Amino acid sequence: MAEEAKSTEEIQAAANDIRKRILRFALDRNGCYLTQACSSAEIVSTLFLRSLKFNPSIGDRHAQPFPGVPSRDNMDYPKGWYYYGELTPDRDRLFVSCCHYAAVIYCALVEAGRMDEDALDKFNVDGWNMEMIGAEHSPGFENTAGSLGQTVSIAAGVAHAYKMEGKPGRIFCMLSDGELQEGQDWECFDLASYLKLDNFTVIADINHQQLEGWTKDCVDIEPLDKRFEAFGWKVLRINGHDIDAIDRAVQTPHPMQPMVILCDTNPAQGIPLLEDMVPKHFVRIPADKKDAFEAFYAQM
Amino acid sequence: MKIETNTHSKSIIKLAEEHPEVLVLSADLGSSCEIKEFSQKFPDRYFHMGIAEQNMVSWAGGLAREGFRPFIHTFAVFCYRRVLDQLEMSVAYPNLPVVFCGFVPGITTPGGVTHQSTNDIGVLRTVPNLAIFDVGDATDAENVLQMAYDYDGPVYIRQLRKNVPRLFDPSEPTQFNHARVLSEGTDICLLSSSICTEEAMRATAVLAEKGVSIEHLHVTTLKPFDDPTVLEAIKKAKYGVVTIENHTTIGGLGSAAADMMAEHGIGKRLVKVGLQDTYAHGASQMYLTKKYGMDAMHLVAAIEDLLGKSLNISEDDIAEVRFVDFTEV
Repeated sequence: MAEEAKSTEEIQAAANDIRKRILRFALDRNGCYLTQACSSAEIVSTLFLRSLKFNPSIGDRHAQPFPGVPSRDNMDYPKGWYYYGELTPDRDRLFVSCCHYAAVIYCALVEAGRMDEDALDKFNVDGWNMEMIGAEHSPGFENTAGSLGQTVSIAAGVAHAYKMEGKPGRIFCMLSDGELQEGQDWECFDLASYLKLDNFTVIADINHQQLEGWTKDCVDIEPLDKRFEAFGWKVLRINGHDIDAIDRAVQTPHPMQPMVILCDTNPAQGIPLLEDMVPKHFVRIPADKKDAFEAFYAQM
Repeated sequence: MKIETNTHSKSIIKLAEEHPEVLVLSADLGSSCEIKEFSQKFPDRYFHMGIAEQNMVSWAGGLAREGFRPFIHTFAVFCYRRVLDQLEMSVAYPNLPVVFCGFVPGITTPGGVTHQSTNDIGVLRTVPNLAIFDVGDATDAENVLQMAYDYDGPVYIRQLRKNVPRLFDPSEPTQFNHARVLSEGTDICLLSSSICTEEAMRATAVLAEKGVSIEHLHVTTLKPFDDPTVLEAIKKAKYGVVTIENHTTIGGLGSAAADMMAEHGIGKRLVKVGLQDTYAHGASQMYLTKKYGMDAMHLVAAIEDLLGKSLNISEDDIAEVRFVDFTEV
C-alpha cells in the first residue's frame, strides 16, 4: 500500500488533474502526448496512490538541471527511482516502458505529493531533467526505455534477481499495446513464465492506438489475452478506467506465473473533444479548435 | 609452443569461486563457449536464456542493476550485430557491469559470414562507457576475466576457446590498457592483436634475422586506447607503423592507431593489415588468414613496403620459426 491509500474519489480526482495538466502542456507548448494521458490517467493514479508499495520519496521536490549521462565518473547522479523511496527489499519497483508517458508520470508524482507543482514548469525544457521522454535521471524512471522492448527484459531481470535474493518486493512494468509488436517483449514473456517469475507483473495500457493509427489497422495484435495465456501467463483483462478494478487486478495473487493486466482504455477518455481526433500519438491542438479546448480546460 | 586447453572455462570458474555475484548467461551456445563445466559446478548461477539474445542482454542489465555480475556467453558476432541497441541502451548507457564474452572472434570460425565478427571492434569502439579486450593467447585468456571484473563497467571481450597457444609468460599477467612489449626496436612499430599476434611473431623472428629492428606490441585493450607504451613505440619508429588485426581494417586496431598518430601530430606512414573492407566466408582459419591477407607473409610485405626494399623472406623461413615453451601455471 502507498503511504496512505487514497479513496476511489481521490484517485479519480488525481486522474482528472493529470489530464488537465497535460492538456495545459498541449495548449501551451504546441502539443503533448495527450491521448496517452487520457488512456492511462486512472492506471497511473491507482498505482501511485493505492496499489503499489512505495517508500517516502528521497528525490528532490523540484526539477533539477540535467545531471549528465552515466559514466565511470558520474554514477552518483540523482536517479529517477529516488521518487519511489529507499530501495528496501519489500518496496515495489515500477518500470515504465512507455516512456513517452513521461508527462503522465511527472504529473502523477505531483499528485502523489512526491514533487512540487513547480517542477512541471520545467517539463521538456532544455537543460532540465524533466524530459519529454524519460531516462534514468528523469523523476519516476528506473531506466532509459525509449527503445521499445527492452524495459520488460530489464524489469524481468530485476524480478529474477529479487527471486534469487528472496526479496519480497514486486516488480511491475507498464507498457502500451503498440509495443507488443516488438519481438523482444515475447522473448521476455517466454522466459519469465519458464522461470515462474510470480513477482513480475506487466500492466498494459491497451489504448488501441499506435503512431500510424489504430493498432488493429496497422498490425493487429489481438487476441492479447489468448496470446499471453499461450505464453504461460496469468491474464486479467479489465476496464482501464475502473480504479477499483485496477487495484483488485494488481493485488491478484498469481503463484508460479507472471501476470499481465490488460487494461482496455480510450485515448480520448475524459476529453470528449479528442474523440474525433484519435488515434493520435502526439496531439497538437488545431488552431480552429483551440477555443473549444480552452473552454473545456476552464471547466475541468 | 605450448597449447593450453579450456583456459576460459578454468578462469570463469575461478572468478565465480571468488565472487558469488558472478552469473553466466547463455543463449544456447554455452558448450561452444567453454561454459559446460561452469554449468555443472554452479547450476544455480548458470542460466540458459533461450536462443533469444536481445532479451538476454537487457535481462543482464536488470540483473546488473541489482548487484549481480552477469557474464554473457555467446559468439562474438551475436554480442554486437544482433543486439547493438540492447547493448547500448540496456547496458552501456547506464554503465552497468555486464561482461560480453564473445567467442570465435573474427575469422576464427569456419561458420561463415553470419558467425564471423569482422567489424565488431569498429562498431563497438563508438560505444561510450564500454571497454574492449581482444585476447591473443592463453595468458590473455587467463587474465581477461579479472580485468573485466575490475573494470566494473560494461566490457566486450573477444575471447579465444579450446586450444589456445601460450605466447606470453604467464608470470606476467595481462594488464588493463597496457600493451605487451614483445620486441624492442626503432625501424618499425608493429601493433598486433588477437590471433594475428602469433602470425606477427612468426614474421618478426625472421625479420630480426634480416636485421630489421621492430618494436612489436601486442594490444589487448582496444578501448580505451590511450596507452603511453603504444604512443612511445609509434613515436620512435623510423619507417612507420604496421598494424595487423583479426578484423576489417576500418574501425579496429589500425584505425585506433591512426587516430592516436593524428591526434599527436605524428606524421608517419601506417599500413593496416587485416580484412580489406570485405566480409569473409566459411573456411579454416589458416586458409582465411592467407586468402584475406592476414598472415605472416602479408605482414612481411607490409614491412617491406615501409622499408622500401625486399627482404627475400620465404614461407619456408616463416614455417621454421619456433616459440618459447612456457610452462603451465
